[in-house]
Amino acid sequence: MKKLIAAALASAFLALAPQAQAQTPPNVLVVGQIAEPKSLDPHAVTAVNDFRILVNLYDGLVRYKDGTLEVEPALAESWTISDDGKTYTFKLREGVTFHDGSPFNAEAVKFNFDRMLDEEHPYHDTGPFPLSFFFSAVENVSADDDTTVTFTLNAPYAPFLSNLAYPTGLIVSPEAVKQHGKDFGRNPSGTGAYSFGEWEANAKVVAVKNANYWDGAPELEALIYRPITDANTRIAEMLSGGLDVMVEVPPDSLQQFKSDASFSVLEQAGPHVWFLILNAKEAPFDNKAARQAANYAINKTALVENILQGTADVAAGPTPPAFAWAYNEGLEPYPYDPEKAKTLLKEAGYNGEEITFYVTEGGSGMLDPVAMGTAIQADLQAVGMNVKIETYEWNTFLGKVNPGLEGKAAMAEMAWMTNDPDTLPFLALRTEAFPDKGGFNSGYYSNAKVDELLEKARQVTDQAERAALYKEMQEVVQEDAPWVFVANWKQNAVTKASVEDFKLQPSFFLMLQDVKKPQ
Amino acid sequence: MGAYIAKRLLAAIPVLFGLTIIVFMIMAMIPGDPATAILGSYATPENVAKLNKDLGLDKTLLEQYVIWIGNLFQGDLGRSYTLNRPVLDEVLERFSATLILAGTALVLCSVFGLLAGIVSAVRQFGWTDKIITLLVLIGISTPSFWLGLLLILIFAVKLKLFPASGMYAIYGGGDLPDLLHHLALPALTLSVVATGVIARLTRTAMLEVLRQDYIRTARAKGLSENKVIYKHAFKAALVSVIPVIGIQAGFVIGGAVYIETVFQWPGIGSMLVKAISTRDLLLVQGGVLVVAAAYVFFNLLADVIQTIIDPRLR
Repeated sequence: MKKLIAAALASAFLALAPQAQAQTPPNVLVVGQIAEPKSLDPHAVTAVNDFRILVNLYDGLVRYKDGTLEVEPALAESWTISDDGKTYTFKLREGVTFHDGSPFNAEAVKFNFDRMLDEEHPYHDTGPFPLSFFFSAVENVSADDDTTVTFTLNAPYAPFLSNLAYPTGLIVSPEAVKQHGKDFGRNPSGTGAYSFGEWEANAKVVAVKNANYWDGAPELEALIYRPITDANTRIAEMLSGGLDVMVEVPPDSLQQFKSDASFSVLEQAGPHVWFLILNAKEAPFDNKAARQAANYAINKTALVENILQGTADVAAGPTPPAFAWAYNEGLEPYPYDPEKAKTLLKEAGYNGEEITFYVTEGGSGMLDPVAMGTAIQADLQAVGMNVKIETYEWNTFLGKVNPGLEGKAAMAEMAWMTNDPDTLPFLALRTEAFPDKGGFNSGYYSNAKVDELLEKARQVTDQAERAALYKEMQEVVQEDAPWVFVANWKQNAVTKASVEDFKLQPSFFLMLQDVKKPQ
Repeated sequence: MGAYIAKRLLAAIPVLFGLTIIVFMIMAMIPGDPATAILGSYATPENVAKLNKDLGLDKTLLEQYVIWIGNLFQGDLGRSYTLNRPVLDEVLERFSATLILAGTALVLCSVFGLLAGIVSAVRQFGWTDKIITLLVLIGISTPSFWLGLLLILIFAVKLKLFPASGMYAIYGGGDLPDLLHHLALPALTLSVVATGVIARLTRTAMLEVLRQDYIRTARAKGLSENKVIYKHAFKAALVSVIPVIGIQAGFVIGGAVYIETVFQWPGIGSMLVKAISTRDLLLVQGGVLVVAAAYVFFNLLADVIQTIIDPRLR
C-alpha cells in the first residue's frame, strides 16, 4: 500500500512534467517586467514600467537621441522657436499613419494635447491624465495646415522640448480614442516600431513588428512583456530560460549573472539622485555648518560599494551626471571626513540633541532605503549625532514628507528620476516651492541666487546659456548643502547572450527597435 | 435541509455588509491615497487634489460608500483606477485563478491528509506512524513561501522540469496539460501545511473511534480489517474531520496570497496585495467581498456535508 502510494505520487508528479521547459522562440523578445502595466495610453500613466512598453508602440514629436537626454526630431522633422520663447512651430513628417490606418497630421497632434489639457474637450473624460501638468505652460495648440503645428505657451518654458520627448508627450491615434473611449488604454494605437498585438491580463502584453515603420521596420517579429512582481521569481524565470531580458536586477544577483557566460549584464547611469532632505527651518540643520557636517559624516563610498554593491555612483550635487550638457564636471563629492564633521558640528552649536530621521520601506527609485538609512544613522552617530529612525511604508512616507518636515523631522530620505535638469531643482529647491506653495521643497531651503538662476534657466532657450546657469546653481547648492547628496543609481538589465544590440538608455526607457535575437 | 441552507445564506448577508464597512473604514484610516500613489514624487497637494477630483475621490467616505452599495445592487463594483478596468472583470478573473489553485491544493491536502492520518492511526507507534508524524511536523512548521522558493530553485531553475511562474505558457500552451504543468508546484506548496493539519486530526479522530465498543463488536462479528477501518471507523472519524477541512479551505485561500506572489499566479491574493499598497479602494473592496463570500460558502458547505454524513446533527 505504502509503495503503491509512493509510486503513484512520483508518477503523477513526473507526468505533469512532460519535457524540459520550452525556450523562448527566435525573433521574439520576452521581457520580464516588474509589474503589470496600468494602461497603454501614454497620457494616463506615470510609471517607468509602463514607459518601457509605450516607447515602442508610440512616437512623440521629438525623442531622446540614442544614449543621451538631448532631443532630436521624431514625428516632427524640424521646429522653430520664437524669440520670446513662447511660440514653438513644428513641421511634421509626411506619409506617416497610425497602426489603425488613420493618418498622422497636425489635427491629430492638436487632438492629443487638447484631450489632455482642455477640460471641455469631448474626450477629456477618457483620462485622468496625471502628468498633464508637464504641459501646463501650453495655452493653445493650432493646426496651421496638414503638416504644421504651433504651440503657444503662456510663458517661456525651456524644458518644453524634453517634456515632449517624455511618454506624456507621445502621440496617440485620435480615431482609436474616439472608437474605444475609456478603453483606449487596452486598445492602443500609435505610430511606433511595434503595433499592439494582445494584452492578456496578468500574463503578457504582446507587441508585433510594424513593417511600415517610418524609421525602418524592426528585426524582431514580436515583443512579449511579462509582469513578474517578485524579484526572486523574476530571477528564477530568467535562470530557467523563460525570459530574454530582465530589468531591475537586485544587486545581490547581479554578480551571479555577471559570472555566467550565457548572460550579458548591462548598466547605465540614469537621471536619478538619492538624497537626504535636511530641515533647514529648525535646529540643528538651520545652520549651514551642521548641514555640511552631515555631508562630511556620511561615508557615501561605503554605501554605494557595500550596500548597493556598485549599482550606484556617489552623487556630488543635486544634478545627476546623466544630464551631461547641464552637469558641472568641476563638482567633487563631499569627502568622507568624520573629524571635520565633528568640528563643524561644534561650530554649529549642536550638542547631541536627538533628531528624527524619516526612512521609507521602499518606493520608486529608493534602492535599499532601510539598509541605507541604518548605515547613515550609524555614520551620524559616530560623529556624535543622536539620530532616531522612523520607518514608514512609501505612501505614508510621502504623505509625511511632501507637506514639509517642520515640527516633525530633521531629515528624510528621498529619490527622484526626472527627464530634464530643470525639474528637480525647480520643484524642490526654490523658495517658491515650499510645500505650502505647492512644491516639494520639504526642507525649506531658500537662497535668492538659486531662485534667480532657476527662473532664468527656464526662460532662455539657448542650451549653452541654460547649461551655464545650471552649473552655477549646482555650485551654490553644493556649498549650501540643503541635502546630503548620496547616490546616482545605475539602472541595470540582464539579457541572454543570444540577444544582440540591446542597449539601456539614460531615460530608463527600453528602446527595442534595433534589437535582434536570431535564435 | 433547503430551509437550513437558505437561513445560513441569509445570515451571511449582514456579515458581508459589515465587512465592507470595516474595509472602507480601514482604508480610510491608513494614510496615503491613490492619487499620491499614482503621482509618486510628483504628488503636490495641487496635483493630488486635481487627480482625486478626476478619480471621484473628493467625495466624503459616506458618499463613496453609498455610491458603491448602490452600484453593487446593479452588479457593478466600480472601475479600478490603478488598472483602468472594471473591478468585477478583474476580481472574477483573478478569483477563478485562485479557485483553481486553492481547489487543487484542497483536494491534495484532503486526500493525502486523510490517508496519512488513517495509516498513522492504524499503525499507531509503528515505524510508519513515526515517519508520518515527523513528516507532518515538518510540513506544519515549514513556511510556505520558503518552500515555494525552494521548489522553484530545484524543479524550475536546476532541473527545468516545471515552469517557475505563471498560469499558462506565454506562447503555445493554454490547454489542460499546460495548466496542470504550471499548477503542480504552487498547488503542492499551498497544500503542505493543510495536509499536516488534516493528517494530525484524522489520526486523533481515528484513534478515538478505534477504541469504541462498536468497533470491537464489528471485529468480533468477523468483518475484515479493511471493512472495519474504512467502512465503520473512517466514516465515524470523518464527521469530526470535515469541519476542519472546511476551515482549512479558508486558510488555503488565505495562504494563496503568499503563494500567488511567489509563483506569480494571477490570483486574487496577489491582486489584493498590490491593490492595498496602491490604495485602490474599489479593488480592495471588491476583492475582500468575494473572498469573504467564499469563506462563508465553504463553511456552509462543510456544515451541510457534515449533516449529511451524521444524521444526528439534523
